[in-house]
Amino acid sequence: MSFSVTSPSVPVKWISGFLVAAYAVITLIPLIWIIATGFKSGEDSIHYPPKVLFEPTLEGYVNLFTTRTLIPSDAPEIDASQLEWYEQVVHEQGEMIAGPSRYGERFLNSTVIGFGSTALCMLLGTMAAYAFSRFKVPLKEDLLFFILSTRMMPPIAVAIPIFLMYKNLGLNDTYLGMIILYTAVNLSLSVWLLKGFIDEIPVEYEEAALIDGYTRLQAFIKVVLPQAITGIASTAIFCLIFAWNEYAFAVLLTSGNAQTAPPFIPTIIGVSGRDWPAVAAGATLFLVPVMLFTVLLRKHLLRGITFGAVRK
Amino acid sequence: MAEIQITNLRKEFGNFVAVENSSFTVRDGEFFMLLGPSGCGKTTTLRMMAGLELPTAGQIFIDGEDVTQRRARDRDIAFVFQMYALYPHFNVFKNLAYPLTSQGMAKKDVMEKIDQVADILDIRHLLKSPVSRLSGGDRQRVALGRAIVREPKAFFMDEPLGALDAEFREQMAGELRGLHDRMGSTTIYVTHDQLEAMQMGDKIVVMNHGVIEQFGSPQEIYDWPATKFVADFIGSPAMNFLPLKTDISKGDSKVELGGQEFFIPEALEDFSGDIFFGVRPEHVSFDDSSLFRASVDAVEYLGTTQLITLQSACGSLKARIESGRQIEVGAKLGLSFDRRTITLFNSNSGKALLNRENHQVIRHG
Repeated sequence: MSFSVTSPSVPVKWISGFLVAAYAVITLIPLIWIIATGFKSGEDSIHYPPKVLFEPTLEGYVNLFTTRTLIPSDAPEIDASQLEWYEQVVHEQGEMIAGPSRYGERFLNSTVIGFGSTALCMLLGTMAAYAFSRFKVPLKEDLLFFILSTRMMPPIAVAIPIFLMYKNLGLNDTYLGMIILYTAVNLSLSVWLLKGFIDEIPVEYEEAALIDGYTRLQAFIKVVLPQAITGIASTAIFCLIFAWNEYAFAVLLTSGNAQTAPPFIPTIIGVSGRDWPAVAAGATLFLVPVMLFTVLLRKHLLRGITFGAVRK
Repeated sequence: MAEIQITNLRKEFGNFVAVENSSFTVRDGEFFMLLGPSGCGKTTTLRMMAGLELPTAGQIFIDGEDVTQRRARDRDIAFVFQMYALYPHFNVFKNLAYPLTSQGMAKKDVMEKIDQVADILDIRHLLKSPVSRLSGGDRQRVALGRAIVREPKAFFMDEPLGALDAEFREQMAGELRGLHDRMGSTTIYVTHDQLEAMQMGDKIVVMNHGVIEQFGSPQEIYDWPATKFVADFIGSPAMNFLPLKTDISKGDSKVELGGQEFFIPEALEDFSGDIFFGVRPEHVSFDDSSLFRASVDAVEYLGTTQLITLQSACGSLKARIESGRQIEVGAKLGLSFDRRTITLFNSNSGKALLNRENHQVIRHG
């Protein structure tokens, strides 16, 4: 018999494998359920017991992007084969398309506000973190604590003052207002995270650049930023996920103009309250940008999580 | 090419005084050593000279020009860091090119310069490799290359060999000194390794607790330490110190130790009280006629020499003698000292008492 000190024994491997698989199933089921529901018909989506196998349809997606009315009983018969495919889908439900829905617009709002606030947060966060990491800032510790303290209560706790402030400033229901709000909420986290990453970068690199004839700003851009990219990427993912998913402020502060997708998606269900496929389709599409962003930056994210744990 | 002068340089970090009123001049073309234990202020001094740190008080002159408040990039110096500080996201070529492109040099000239430097340092085959794939020695070569490529007025080096292993350090020390001799440029070099300082330096400044203890050539500092700290820090093993109560007046050239009178260099000042009688191990010899007796505690064989640890009535001391002679542990021997090299230290202040031999050599910067 021989055993290894560093690699786990066979039963331990099996148990840990089983636990990981179980966790994966538990977390993936809701996701798979939402994606599947998006392709179900209205009837299948509320069927009991729930249907695991069903005939897929694009009904949900068509409904998501359109507003429809019932076909009046006295309307002339239409030749269904003359219609576009999406018109046919609607026709089969006994409805006709009245116009496009506002989902596309809301999706665009979410994109502008989510990525806008993330970009602004990274710009301000990196610079603030750099200053806290490198310069003698008076009351540094207190300021850092103060910045962190803005996250000690849930942001929504200040909803009423913010609502009143925004109303007076005319920031209600505007891109700018939402970008500023999400940036403010995310900034404390980004400053703290990024300061940790920048602290890990030896100051000698900048000093070498300063002596090699560069200004502080050039050294920051050409030497510090490329090395902080891991930290910036993983921090950006956290910021985007928050801004993208934020619901409470979006409900409170946006309506006709700058409304983001989260408050809009539940309204898709319609007055009859049975259009679950459209809601699921909206939620599925809404997942895509954050998923893409995370997948694109995942190398950095993984490095970011373990960054600084081991001295290289 | 530059002469560098610092006057009354001082640096405080909060309440902590890192460097106290330091003054010295580095002559053009000198290989200049800042030596001291860690935390003595040598690196801070170098960083102030380079412009990476602003002094609290005092002035820095490069070629007669006051550069105290000038930015690092306007001082035309190059800095070699202990941990190399090569830009990790660039390859070797780009690292070498970086200080040149900052000056807006044409691409063709940049290539030419890097070509020359690559030949000098024998790193041509490395130009395209990423920095992360280089060995410690190669990294330090590239760091040196980045320093010399710009042909600055002076090189500032902060323990550049500190991160290398012992074997390689020897070789790089030789290369560094050779490079300096070929280029003839002023070099200021920080180290805590007294051997490195003795081996490479033209001049050495010994610092301790932010204060310059002594300034001079390696031999001056070794032979005539200005303070007990210097005598202890330089030399391996360190100088022997035998505590002694004495009354010396100007003109005296003898002290009594353990019932035996010893000749010392002629005193130039009066002193009475506690002193240390300082003598280097290689200046201790055995003489049966001496009344100053000591017993042998240990014998260490070192090849060409051997180290004898002795116990005397005045304390323990070490002697370094040629290895041919047989010495038995436990033997009782009479000791004598080479009279020319004895230094007496005031045991309160640690300062060496002035004598005919050291009074012209001892400089505090």
